[in-house]
Amino acid sequence: MKKINTPLALNKIRSLKAGDELLLSGTIYTARDQAHKRLAQALKKGVHLPIELKNAVIYYCGSTQTPKGKIIGSCGPTTGSRMDAFTPLLLAKGLKAMIGKGKRSREVIKAIRKYRGIYFVTYAGCGALLAGCVKKAKTIAYGDLGPEAILKLEVKDFPLIVAVDPKGRSIYGKD
Amino acid sequence: MRKIGALKIKKAAAELAKRANFFLRKDVLAALRHAYAAEKNKRAKNILKAILDNAAIAAKKKLAICQDTGMPCVFVELGQEVRVEGDLNKAINSGIEEGYTKGYFRRSIIKDPLSRGRSGYLPALIHIDIVPGNKLKLTVLPKGFGCENKAQLKMFNPTAKIEDVKKFIIDAVRSAGPDACPPYVVGVGIGGTADYAVYLAKKALLDDIYKDSNLQITDYGCEFNPGSLGKLEDLPKEINQLNIGPMGLGGKNTVLAVNIHIYPTHIAGLPVAVNISCHALRSASVVL
Repeated sequence: MKKINTPLALNKIRSLKAGDELLLSGTIYTARDQAHKRLAQALKKGVHLPIELKNAVIYYCGSTQTPKGKIIGSCGPTTGSRMDAFTPLLLAKGLKAMIGKGKRSREVIKAIRKYRGIYFVTYAGCGALLAGCVKKAKTIAYGDLGPEAILKLEVKDFPLIVAVDPKGRSIYGKD
Repeated sequence: MRKIGALKIKKAAAELAKRANFFLRKDVLAALRHAYAAEKNKRAKNILKAILDNAAIAAKKKLAICQDTGMPCVFVELGQEVRVEGDLNKAINSGIEEGYTKGYFRRSIIKDPLSRGRSGYLPALIHIDIVPGNKLKLTVLPKGFGCENKAQLKMFNPTAKIEDVKKFIIDAVRSAGPDACPPYVVGVGIGGTADYAVYLAKKALLDDIYKDSNLQITDYGCEFNPGSLGKLEDLPKEINQLNIGPMGLGGKNTVLAVNIHIYPTHIAGLPVAVNISCHALRSASVVL
């Protein structure tokens, strides 16, 4: 299977098509509902962000507590569409890739095409399996949000399927 | 009266919380294995394999099957000859908290639903039924919200056709689409009142699936006209024709099972509720 490493500059993802399967290694950041709300507020106010958005990969994930002696707990993807309202702004500010599950809105697909981003899905409801791909995990922002904090993850061979490619083609069809 | 102490109930709730989140139900596993064997679509088969591998890893490494360890829903069948010594609700809540803490589960519950804020494990959502006998049955169903968000209720006119009810159920699955982690188990509540239909739809998820059929109908003192239920029989088949498939990427397995609970209702209405479960349908029970 095709392998790919972060940072995901455009030259690495340009040729990817909806439906392609690949394994990702490198740095990704978890962020879900409340973290997106805060990132969007910070961008609107012009406040410094806790992560560098340029060419970043955001993983829609809120893991369990980390069991003793383990790197991370169960950590599968959450529903991408709940982040739709915030996504076009983040893409405009440099976000390159998102990992989640399920469909995205027309506006998000349009923004992905405009900013040449990409949306991946990964095995949904398989958090124990995906925990095996995480080699390092550290909370780097919004710790008060508990499971919704931003974690910096180092992943190895994290399984992905391209759901919306940089040309705006969706694996779920036109709808 | 048979006495059952609060501590015993607390310990049982803690154990069930762990068991439900670490070990996928045997009937769900059997249905997933059957789906895997029957699936022809290559990608769908790979995804079903990942789902089965995930269940094995969770059980072996004591990791939650899914990071969304849910809102803990607890169903109590309390025999009327049982006297609980102590506070039943408190015992269940403290057991859930202990199980969730020791299992390193996710703190998914927030006490301010409007302004959100810090999250924790409590409260559990407790349903109590008084039943004959001197036993206490405790069931823990951790319900993830990816699928809970797809629940639906419709108050039909009493003159609605069974076909309309069927269409509503199928449309509820269609609108969940890929988002709620298919293949699904679909719980349906028909009759009663608005709140009761929604409760029955959730309770239907506790039924064992895939014994001999992927459709199960339970009724509560209904007297059906001949042919009333016949039209519901091909619901699983019709839903599977939606071709949503595992992760919504196509395939013949969109539902593992459809469980329907039916209750008598009022001459003026026909409440129908749908509660969808993701493939990680988790619950565990014990009889004390």
